[in-house]
Amino acid sequence: MSDARKEIMARIREALKTPSPKPHLKGESAKVTGRAWLPEVGDTKAETYALLSDNLAKLKAHFHPVENLDQAVSLVKDLALKKNWKTIAYHKNELVTPVAQAIEGESWAVDDAFTKDKLEAADVGLTSCVSIVAQFGAILVSSETSGGRGLSILPPVHVVIAKADQVVPDLAACFEQVNAQFKGKMPSMLSFITGPSRTGDIERILVLGAHGPKELYLILIG
Amino acid sequence: MSDSKSIFIKESTLTSADGDQRQFIRTALGGYYKNRDLYKAKYRDWELARDAASLAKWSAVNNLAEVLEKFVAKFESNGGKVHWARDAAEARQIILHLLAKANAKAVIKSKCMTTEEIHLNDALEKAGYGVVESDLGEFIQQLRGEAPYHFVFPCMHLKREAISDLFTKHLGTAATDSPEELTMIARKHLRKLYITADVGITGANFLVADTGQISITENEGNARLTAAMPRVHIALSGIEKVINSIDDLAVLLPMLATAGAGQPMTCYNTLYAGPKKPGERDGPEEFHLVLLDNARTQLLADPEQRDALHCIRCGACLNVCPIFKNIGGHAYGTTYQGPIGSVITPHLRGLKDWNHLSGASSLCGACTDACPVRIDLHHHLLQNRRNAAKVVPNLFDRVFHGTFNFVIQRPALFSLGGKVFRKTFGLLKYLPVPYLGTWLKSRDLPAIPKKSFREEWKESKNV
Repeated sequence: MSDARKEIMARIREALKTPSPKPHLKGESAKVTGRAWLPEVGDTKAETYALLSDNLAKLKAHFHPVENLDQAVSLVKDLALKKNWKTIAYHKNELVTPVAQAIEGESWAVDDAFTKDKLEAADVGLTSCVSIVAQFGAILVSSETSGGRGLSILPPVHVVIAKADQVVPDLAACFEQVNAQFKGKMPSMLSFITGPSRTGDIERILVLGAHGPKELYLILIG
Repeated sequence: MSDSKSIFIKESTLTSADGDQRQFIRTALGGYYKNRDLYKAKYRDWELARDAASLAKWSAVNNLAEVLEKFVAKFESNGGKVHWARDAAEARQIILHLLAKANAKAVIKSKCMTTEEIHLNDALEKAGYGVVESDLGEFIQQLRGEAPYHFVFPCMHLKREAISDLFTKHLGTAATDSPEELTMIARKHLRKLYITADVGITGANFLVADTGQISITENEGNARLTAAMPRVHIALSGIEKVINSIDDLAVLLPMLATAGAGQPMTCYNTLYAGPKKPGERDGPEEFHLVLLDNARTQLLADPEQRDALHCIRCGACLNVCPIFKNIGGHAYGTTYQGPIGSVITPHLRGLKDWNHLSGASSLCGACTDACPVRIDLHHHLLQNRRNAAKVVPNLFDRVFHGTFNFVIQRPALFSLGGKVFRKTFGLLKYLPVPYLGTWLKSRDLPAIPKKSFREEWKESKNV
């Protein structure tokens, strides 16, 4: 153990010899996650979806619910034509691959070796996701199952293909699911994406597309 | 008078007299107030959520040794490497050593106040590394060679014209008055730097003990890119950022966003566990975390103010503080501005030189009301004043109270003193009493009765 570590731990133990009183909290008996006090999520599935749709609209993300994978394929195909998307980077996945391969233009998978410059030149990053949190309209991606770290942040457009049963009501439920799914072996990155990249650094005026994607699409199947 | 105090008085006198700038800051904060209130109202109970957030931080800080040990073990089992720094110099040395080992040339940084605290950029530049801040506000401040104005909104004091001029001067771009175009200039400039940088340096908002992850909150995506593209990722964090469980983030992440920026959730909230894992497509080969004490354990040793270590650096206390809004961020001369800065800076950098900040408060308590983790900020400012009086007794206070104490116990002397005082009261404004001259510039002295209460009482009995 390093000297610095030993010394800092000793300082901490010494400092904490004098206890500080536990705060008197009205909500002490309830779960520390504060689940019951955070914004409403609705009681039924329909309410949860309505909330998700509303949140994504406020975040200026594009939300497209579709009935099946075929519809998702033709929707993204049309979008690509309309938006003039020429190169699409994606990761191989049962939902993503059929969509990527249907798009006219060049599509390539990050599963094979690629350079940073190649990813930087892509018009679109096409990924799956782990889950979607209706409470905030947040899309959770992982480095393990959503094509690594760069794919969902470097290209100027991010398109997410997901199934409706990936929607969870709130953050607490999302963490429960993450803990169950990865069982203590977390992917090297888990990222909540809540709308397209934004900044307010100049005069506190909102601008989309600061460094990450300027446009975010969620295509929800089922 | 300490240097820091005389600079504070000089700067704050200047900035508080600048009506245009004060108005500009108020306008800039207007949108924040509106959105913060809008999203706070969506909470089923904001006050109970504050209790939950405060309890989450309290239980980690008051069991810091155990929680930190747990975090470090888990973090290293995820493949990351932890380094310990007792102070700023040691932290700089560790980071310089890591850069040398990585054979680094170019470094990209995302926003991290702890790196400001240890003056990392200066040290890196002196050692010959190219280092670029990637957060838009920090990028602008770096080009200006100026410290952040606000630890969440670094360049909120700048008008778009000034930013346009700055970009023209340094990047050769055409003048524009559109915030969007200005943002795109920075975007375009920085994009290639993420790709060419060898090392990415970030901060950490939370260290999650049960999963061994670090959590980074941002809006722009620059921290995501900083931790995705370079070969090596180095994160710097204070030891107090640790929390018990990933579940605590269910309340802490939204509250940080709402209190700090008036958002329901910030754009990117990312958890990192180790470097690139087998089977993952990209990511850094090495992941280092530098844990910094730098006098945090001294604050920990003060049970009265220990809760100041609960701070999640949202900046809500700055945004509501009448002092901050009038004197601005630079007058403080500290890494952390506003009420939280005034509370912790005396602990981090010495009470003797920094106690004056605790005097710069109206004690209105707006900061305490705004704090999402319930730090008792305005009482801590009072406690700092009390503690400062022990370290640096105020000569004026001592002479004044000593004299008063002597006189009040001697009725004849008190009566004589009263007479003299009533006669000479009008001359008061000519005396060199601290601040009185300034006070009287725009105010009149009150009228003084001709007789004392005791004299009137005596006369009324004689009637």
